[in-house]
Amino acid sequence: MTEITIGILASFGAIFVLLAAVGLIRMPDTYLRISVTTKAATLGIGLLLVAAAVFFKDMSITTKVLAIILFILLTAPVSAHLIGRASYFSGVKLWKGSVLDDLNGKYDKSSHKLRSGLEEAPEKKTNKIGED
Amino acid sequence: MTLYDFLYYIILPILSISVILIVIRFLKGPSIVDRVIALDLLITTGIGIIAVYSIITNQPTFLDIAMILALIAFLGTVAFSYYLEKRNK
Repeated sequence: MTEITIGILASFGAIFVLLAAVGLIRMPDTYLRISVTTKAATLGIGLLLVAAAVFFKDMSITTKVLAIILFILLTAPVSAHLIGRASYFSGVKLWKGSVLDDLNGKYDKSSHKLRSGLEEAPEKKTNKIGED
Repeated sequence: MTLYDFLYYIILPILSISVILIVIRFLKGPSIVDRVIALDLLITTGIGIIAVYSIITNQPTFLDIAMILALIAFLGTVAFSYYLEKRNK
Protein backbone atom coordinates (compact mmCIF):
# COMPACT_ATOMS: atom_id res chain seq x y z
CA MET A 1 0.00 0.00 0.00
CA THR A 2 2.77 2.42 0.92
CA GLU A 3 4.67 1.56 -2.25
CA ILE A 4 1.61 2.23 -4.41
CA THR A 5 1.13 5.62 -2.71
CA ILE A 6 4.78 6.53 -3.28
CA GLY A 7 4.52 5.43 -6.92
CA ILE A 8 1.42 7.54 -7.58
CA LEU A 9 2.87 10.62 -5.86
CA ALA A 10 6.21 10.30 -7.68
CA SER A 11 4.48 9.76 -11.05
CA PHE A 12 2.34 12.89 -10.72
CA GLY A 13 5.33 14.89 -9.51
CA ALA A 14 7.51 13.79 -12.43
CA ILE A 15 4.68 14.47 -14.92
CA PHE A 16 4.21 17.99 -13.58
CA VAL A 17 7.96 18.70 -13.74
CA LEU A 18 8.01 17.41 -17.33
CA LEU A 19 5.02 19.64 -18.18
CA ALA A 20 6.88 22.62 -16.71
CA ALA A 21 9.93 21.83 -18.86
CA VAL A 22 7.82 21.41 -22.03
CA GLY A 23 6.03 24.67 -21.24
CA LEU A 24 9.33 26.44 -20.71
CA ILE A 25 10.49 25.39 -24.15
CA ARG A 26 7.18 25.83 -26.02
CA MET A 27 5.77 29.09 -24.60
CA PRO A 28 6.20 32.06 -26.95
CA ASP A 29 6.90 34.77 -24.38
CA THR A 30 9.15 35.45 -21.36
CA TYR A 31 6.19 36.28 -19.11
CA LEU A 32 4.33 33.08 -20.03
CA ARG A 33 7.50 31.12 -19.29
CA ILE A 34 7.70 32.75 -15.84
CA SER A 35 4.09 31.72 -15.21
CA VAL A 36 4.84 28.07 -16.14
CA THR A 37 7.94 27.94 -13.95
CA THR A 38 6.08 29.19 -10.89
CA LYS A 39 3.05 26.93 -10.82
CA ALA A 40 3.71 23.56 -12.44
CA ALA A 41 7.24 23.12 -11.12
CA THR A 42 6.24 24.03 -7.55
CA LEU A 43 3.43 21.45 -7.55
CA GLY A 44 5.67 18.76 -9.06
CA ILE A 45 8.50 19.28 -6.60
CA GLY A 46 6.04 19.33 -3.70
CA LEU A 47 4.61 15.96 -4.77
CA LEU A 48 8.08 14.41 -5.15
CA LEU A 49 9.11 15.61 -1.68
CA VAL A 50 5.87 14.30 -0.15
CA ALA A 51 6.68 10.93 -1.74
CA ALA A 52 10.05 10.98 0.05
CA ALA A 53 8.33 11.84 3.35
CA VAL A 54 5.87 8.93 2.93
CA PHE A 55 8.75 6.56 2.18
CA PHE A 56 10.86 7.35 5.27
CA LYS A 57 7.96 7.54 7.81
CA ASP A 58 10.08 9.51 10.25
CA MET A 59 9.03 12.62 12.14
CA SER A 60 12.28 14.52 11.66
CA ILE A 61 12.37 13.85 7.91
CA THR A 62 8.72 14.80 7.52
CA THR A 63 9.45 18.09 9.29
CA LYS A 64 12.41 18.70 7.00
CA VAL A 65 10.31 17.98 3.90
CA LEU A 66 7.53 20.26 5.10
CA ALA A 67 10.09 23.02 5.71
CA ILE A 68 11.42 22.66 2.14
CA ILE A 69 7.88 22.70 0.67
CA LEU A 70 6.90 25.75 2.74
CA PHE A 71 10.08 27.55 1.69
CA ILE A 72 9.47 26.81 -2.00
CA LEU A 73 5.82 27.88 -1.74
CA LEU A 74 6.91 31.14 -0.12
CA THR A 75 9.79 32.00 -2.43
CA ALA A 76 8.52 30.92 -5.88
CA PRO A 77 5.95 33.75 -6.25
CA VAL A 78 8.36 36.32 -4.82
CA SER A 79 11.18 35.41 -7.21
CA ALA A 80 8.76 35.20 -10.17
CA HIS A 81 7.43 38.67 -9.39
CA LEU A 82 10.94 40.11 -9.04
CA ILE A 83 12.23 38.63 -12.28
CA GLY A 84 9.05 39.61 -14.15
CA ARG A 85 9.40 43.18 -12.92
CA ALA A 86 13.06 43.28 -13.95
CA SER A 87 12.25 41.91 -17.40
CA TYR A 88 9.47 44.48 -17.91
CA PHE A 89 11.81 47.30 -16.94
CA SER A 90 14.59 46.01 -19.18
CA GLY A 91 12.22 46.17 -22.13
CA VAL A 92 11.43 42.56 -22.97
CA LYS A 93 8.66 42.60 -25.58
CA LEU A 94 5.31 40.92 -25.05
CA TRP A 95 4.11 38.19 -27.38
CA LYS A 96 2.30 39.52 -30.45
CA GLY A 97 -0.83 37.57 -29.44
CA SER A 98 -1.10 39.32 -26.06
CA VAL A 99 -4.22 41.49 -25.95
CA LEU A 100 -3.69 43.63 -22.83
CA ASP A 101 -0.75 45.50 -21.31
CA ASP A 102 -1.98 47.30 -18.22
CA LEU A 103 1.41 48.81 -17.38
CA ASN A 104 1.85 50.45 -20.79
CA GLY A 105 2.97 54.07 -20.30
CA LYS A 106 2.21 54.08 -16.57
CA TYR A 107 5.65 53.89 -15.06
CA ASP A 108 8.57 56.28 -14.98
CA LYS A 109 11.53 54.60 -16.62
CA SER A 110 14.17 56.67 -14.82
CA SER A 111 12.83 56.45 -11.25
CA HIS A 112 10.96 53.08 -11.57
CA LYS A 113 7.86 54.60 -9.95
CA LEU A 114 4.44 53.35 -11.00
CA ARG A 115 1.56 55.73 -11.58
CA SER A 116 -2.05 54.56 -11.71
CA GLY A 117 -3.50 57.72 -13.29
CA LEU A 118 -5.84 58.25 -10.34
CA GLU A 119 -3.47 60.19 -8.08
CA GLU A 120 -5.26 63.55 -8.53
CA ALA A 121 -8.66 62.65 -7.05
CA PRO A 122 -7.57 61.35 -3.60
CA GLU A 123 -5.20 64.26 -3.08
CA LYS A 124 -8.02 66.78 -3.58
CA LYS A 125 -10.18 64.91 -1.09
CA THR A 126 -7.49 64.97 1.60
CA ASN A 127 -6.93 68.68 0.99
CA LYS A 128 -10.60 69.39 1.58
CA ILE A 129 -10.61 67.45 4.81
CA GLY A 130 -7.53 69.36 5.93
CA GLU A 131 -9.18 72.71 5.20
CA ASP A 132 -12.31 71.84 7.15
CA MET B 1 7.99 -4.45 -10.61
CA THR B 2 9.35 -3.14 -7.35
CA LEU B 3 9.36 0.46 -6.23
CA TYR B 4 13.10 0.61 -6.86
CA ASP B 5 12.70 -0.43 -10.50
CA PHE B 6 9.79 1.97 -11.02
CA LEU B 7 11.72 4.95 -9.66
CA TYR B 8 14.96 3.98 -11.37
CA TYR B 9 13.63 3.15 -14.85
CA ILE B 10 10.61 5.48 -15.21
CA ILE B 11 10.72 8.46 -12.85
CA LEU B 12 14.41 9.35 -13.12
CA PRO B 13 14.40 9.22 -16.98
CA ILE B 14 11.35 11.55 -17.06
CA LEU B 15 13.18 14.02 -14.81
CA SER B 16 16.32 13.71 -16.93
CA ILE B 17 14.35 14.49 -20.10
CA SER B 18 12.92 17.60 -18.44
CA VAL B 19 16.45 18.66 -17.43
CA ILE B 20 17.56 18.31 -21.06
CA LEU B 21 14.62 20.44 -22.27
CA ILE B 22 15.41 23.13 -19.69
CA VAL B 23 19.08 23.16 -20.72
CA ILE B 24 18.00 23.65 -24.36
CA ARG B 25 16.03 26.73 -23.27
CA PHE B 26 19.02 27.87 -21.20
CA LEU B 27 21.31 27.74 -24.24
CA LYS B 28 18.72 29.16 -26.66
CA GLY B 29 16.98 31.82 -24.54
CA PRO B 30 16.64 35.08 -26.49
CA SER B 31 17.01 37.40 -23.48
CA ILE B 32 19.03 37.07 -20.29
CA VAL B 33 15.81 36.85 -18.27
CA ASP B 34 14.96 33.57 -20.03
CA ARG B 35 18.30 32.18 -18.94
CA VAL B 36 17.71 33.22 -15.33
CA ILE B 37 14.29 31.51 -15.37
CA ALA B 38 15.81 28.37 -16.89
CA LEU B 39 18.52 28.33 -14.20
CA ASP B 40 15.88 28.66 -11.47
CA LEU B 41 13.84 25.78 -12.92
CA LEU B 42 17.00 23.71 -13.35
CA ILE B 43 17.82 23.97 -9.65
CA THR B 44 14.18 23.26 -8.74
CA THR B 45 14.25 20.08 -10.87
CA GLY B 46 17.51 19.17 -9.12
CA ILE B 47 15.65 19.24 -5.79
CA GLY B 48 13.16 16.73 -7.22
CA ILE B 49 15.95 14.47 -8.48
CA ILE B 50 17.56 14.58 -5.03
CA ALA B 51 14.23 13.59 -3.42
CA VAL B 52 13.85 10.59 -5.76
CA TYR B 53 17.49 9.62 -5.31
CA SER B 54 17.20 9.69 -1.52
CA ILE B 55 14.31 7.20 -1.82
CA ILE B 56 16.34 4.93 -4.14
CA THR B 57 19.47 4.88 -1.99
CA ASN B 58 17.55 4.98 1.34
CA GLN B 59 19.63 7.95 2.51
CA PRO B 60 17.51 10.74 4.05
CA THR B 61 20.61 12.91 4.54
CA PHE B 62 20.38 14.05 0.90
CA LEU B 63 17.30 16.12 1.76
CA ASP B 64 19.51 18.61 3.65
CA ILE B 65 21.21 19.44 0.38
CA ALA B 66 17.79 19.89 -1.26
CA MET B 67 16.98 22.54 1.33
CA ILE B 68 20.26 24.36 0.72
CA LEU B 69 19.66 24.24 -3.05
CA ALA B 70 16.22 25.82 -2.58
CA LEU B 71 17.88 28.64 -0.61
CA ILE B 72 20.55 29.18 -3.26
CA ALA B 73 17.97 29.23 -6.10
CA PHE B 74 15.96 31.95 -4.38
CA LEU B 75 19.05 34.03 -3.55
CA GLY B 76 20.36 33.71 -7.11
CA THR B 77 17.10 34.81 -8.69
CA VAL B 78 16.78 37.79 -6.34
CA ALA B 79 20.37 38.88 -7.00
CA PHE B 80 19.99 38.51 -10.77
CA SER B 81 16.77 40.56 -10.86
CA TYR B 82 18.30 43.24 -8.61
CA TYR B 83 21.31 43.73 -10.84
CA LEU B 84 19.26 43.52 -14.05
CA GLU B 85 17.11 46.38 -12.79
CA LYS B 86 20.16 48.38 -11.77
CA ARG B 87 21.86 47.88 -15.12
CA ASN B 88 19.03 49.57 -17.02
CA LYS B 89 18.74 52.59 -14.74
